Amino acid sequence: MAEVRYAKAINMALDEALSEDPSVVLFGEDVAQAGGPFGVTRGLLDKHGELRVRDTPISEATIVGAAVGAAMSGLKPVVEIMFMDFVAISMDALVNQAAKARFMFGGQCTVPMVLRTPHGGGVNAGPQHSQCLEAWFAHIPGLKVVVPSNPSDANKLLKAAIADPDPVIFIENKAMYSLKGEMSETEEDVAIGKARIARSGTDVTIVSYGAAVNTALAAAKTLAQSNIEAEVIDLRSIQPWDEAAVLESLSRTHRLVILHEAVTSFGVGAEIAARMADIGFDELDAPIVRVGAPFMPVPFAKSLESQYLPNTDKVIAAVEQVLA
Amino acid sequence: MKSTKAGKPASKSQLLDFYERMLLVREAENKLSSLFADGEVPGFIHLSIGQEAVCVGVTAALEKQDTLASNHRGHGHALSKGVELESFFLEIMGKEEGICGGRGGSMHVADMSVGMLGANGIVGAGIPLAIGSALAHQVRKNDAIAVVFFGDGALAEGVLHESFNLAALWKLPVLFVCENNGWSEFSPANLQFVANVRDLAKAFDIPSQCVDGNEILDVHKAAEELTAAARRGDGPQLLECITHRVRGHFEGDPQKYRTEEEMTSLSEHDPITKFEKLVATKRITKKEMQSVRDKINQKISNAVDAGRGGSDPDFERARTDVYTAGEGL
Repeated sequence: MAEVRYAKAINMALDEALSEDPSVVLFGEDVAQAGGPFGVTRGLLDKHGELRVRDTPISEATIVGAAVGAAMSGLKPVVEIMFMDFVAISMDALVNQAAKARFMFGGQCTVPMVLRTPHGGGVNAGPQHSQCLEAWFAHIPGLKVVVPSNPSDANKLLKAAIADPDPVIFIENKAMYSLKGEMSETEEDVAIGKARIARSGTDVTIVSYGAAVNTALAAAKTLAQSNIEAEVIDLRSIQPWDEAAVLESLSRTHRLVILHEAVTSFGVGAEIAARMADIGFDELDAPIVRVGAPFMPVPFAKSLESQYLPNTDKVIAAVEQVLA
Repeated sequence: MKSTKAGKPASKSQLLDFYERMLLVREAENKLSSLFADGEVPGFIHLSIGQEAVCVGVTAALEKQDTLASNHRGHGHALSKGVELESFFLEIMGKEEGICGGRGGSMHVADMSVGMLGANGIVGAGIPLAIGSALAHQVRKNDAIAVVFFGDGALAEGVLHESFNLAALWKLPVLFVCENNGWSEFSPANLQFVANVRDLAKAFDIPSQCVDGNEILDVHKAAEELTAAARRGDGPQLLECITHRVRGHFEGDPQKYRTEEEMTSLSEHDPITKFEKLVATKRITKKEMQSVRDKINQKISNAVDAGRGGSDPDFERARTDVYTAGEGL
C-alpha cells in the first residue's frame, strides 16, 4: 500500500473523475494555471484541457451559482472555494438554489455538484481564514456535508461525492494537506453517511470527524496508558450522519464525548448529543460532554490560537469527566 | 416554434402565433389575479401584465434545447417557453399534479423538459444559474444557448456584475434580457441604480440592443439577432426591453407609490392593444382574432378546471424527496 499525502489523494480523485466522466468539470479561483492555492489541482489543466478545467475570477457568488446552473444542465461541476470562510459570499447559490432545486421543482432535476473547500485553524490564518462552518450546511435540507479525516477517505469520499446526484459540500482541512496516509486498496464501503470505527475501545466513545479524528486518536493513545480504552468513531460525513453507528458504539461503552474543531455552541455536536440523549438515553451512564472551540472568532496570535483549538488534553479531560 | 429570419417581415401565421402567445400569458395572469382574489391561489404572485411582448418576442427566437432562467415575475417566461398550461395552473394552485408537485408555486415554476430552469424567489439569482447553463452548453457543444430574464431591480445585485464579467471572459452562449419596467419593487429604478445596463455591458465588451419592450416585432427582431450571435460563438449578448408593469410588485399591492397620471397612461403602452392595432392593417381579420381569443379562453378555462380538480400534495412524499435517495438527518 502506497503512502499518499491528503492533497494528492484529492488530486487523484479529481483526475480519475475527469478521466472517467466527460460531464465532470472543474472550476474555481486559481485552480487551473496555478494548480490551486494548496496545489491540490496541480496538473489537471494540462491533462484535461481548458474546456473542463478553468480558472475563475474572484467571484464566489457566481462561481457557485454557475455550478448550480451547470449541474441542472447536464454537467457534474466540482468547484473550489479557496477558504471555507469565503462560502459566506456564495450562500444564496448553496442554500436557496442548490439545496432546494430538486425538492421545489418536484424532483424534476438533481443538482450533482460538489463544492470543495478547506476549513480549520492551526496555521495562524486569523479570523477570516480559519473557520469551521460545516454546521451551517448540515442544517440545510438538501445539502450533504462530507468531512474526510485521512488521505484514503478523502480520495474515496470525493469520488462518491462527485458520483452523488445531490449537492455535496466536501470539506478539506488546510492543516492536513501535507498529512501522509496509506491509500486503502480494499473495496471497503466508503459511502457518504457511513461512519467507520477508527479505533475500537470499550470504556468511552469519542465521536468526531475531519482532522479532529486524529486528535481523538492521539488522546485515545494517551488514555490507553492509563488503561482507558476509548473507541473513536469517524463520522466521515455529518449530513447525513451515521446515527446507528454512534448508538451502537454508545450501547457498548455507555459514555459519550463529541469532539469537533468548530465552535461548540449550536454545533454539530449539539445535534449528536441531542439525538443520543433521545434515542440512547437508556445507554448513557454519564452526561454527554462536547469538546470544541469556545464561542469566539478564531484568533490570530499563536498563543491565542493554541488555547482556542481543541487538543488532546481537552479530550482527555472530557473523557475523565464522563468516566468520573 | 421556428421563427422567421431576422429582418424579414413577419408572416401572417407568425403574427397570429405572437398574438396567441401574448394572449395566453395575459389571460392566464388575469385568471390568476381573480383566483388569488378569491383565495384559490395561496401565497404571493407577481404578475407581468403589460410585459407580454418581452417574453413572447424573446422565446419565439429560441429553440427547444435552449435553457431559460427566470425570476419572481416569471409566468410569461414559463408559458412562452412551453410549460404546459394545466400543470402550470395546478402548480400555482398548490396541487400534487402541478409541474413541481405543489412544492414551489408561482415563484418556482420550472419544467426541465422544455429547458425552463425555474422562476426564482431571489432577485438576480437566476443570472449565475444561466451562466452555468451556458457553460454546460459550451462544454457539451450542443449548439444551445441560455437566456436569463431579470428586471431593473436586479441591476444593483452583485451577481449581475460578476456574471457579465465571467460570461465575457469565457465567451459563453448566453443572452441577458433586462426587462426594465421602471420599478424596482416599490421604488423607482432611477433611485436604485445610477448607471444603465447597456453602459455596464459595454464595459465588459458585451454587445447590446435596447428596444421598446411593448412592441413585439421590435423585441423579436432584436432577439433573433442577438440569439444568432450568441449561438454562433460571439459570446454573451444583452437585450434591454423598456416596458411597463401594470400591476403591483405583488398581487394585492395597492401601488400608492405611483402617480395617477402614470397609472392612466399605462393603457397607451399595452403591448396587446398595440399589436391588435398593428395587425388590423394587415391581412388578419377580426374574425380570425376573435377565434384566437376564444381558443385561449377555452384553454384557460380548462386549465382552471384541472387546477380545481387537483389533489392536495402528499406530505410524506414531499418529506422523503429532499434527496435523490431517501432522507437526511
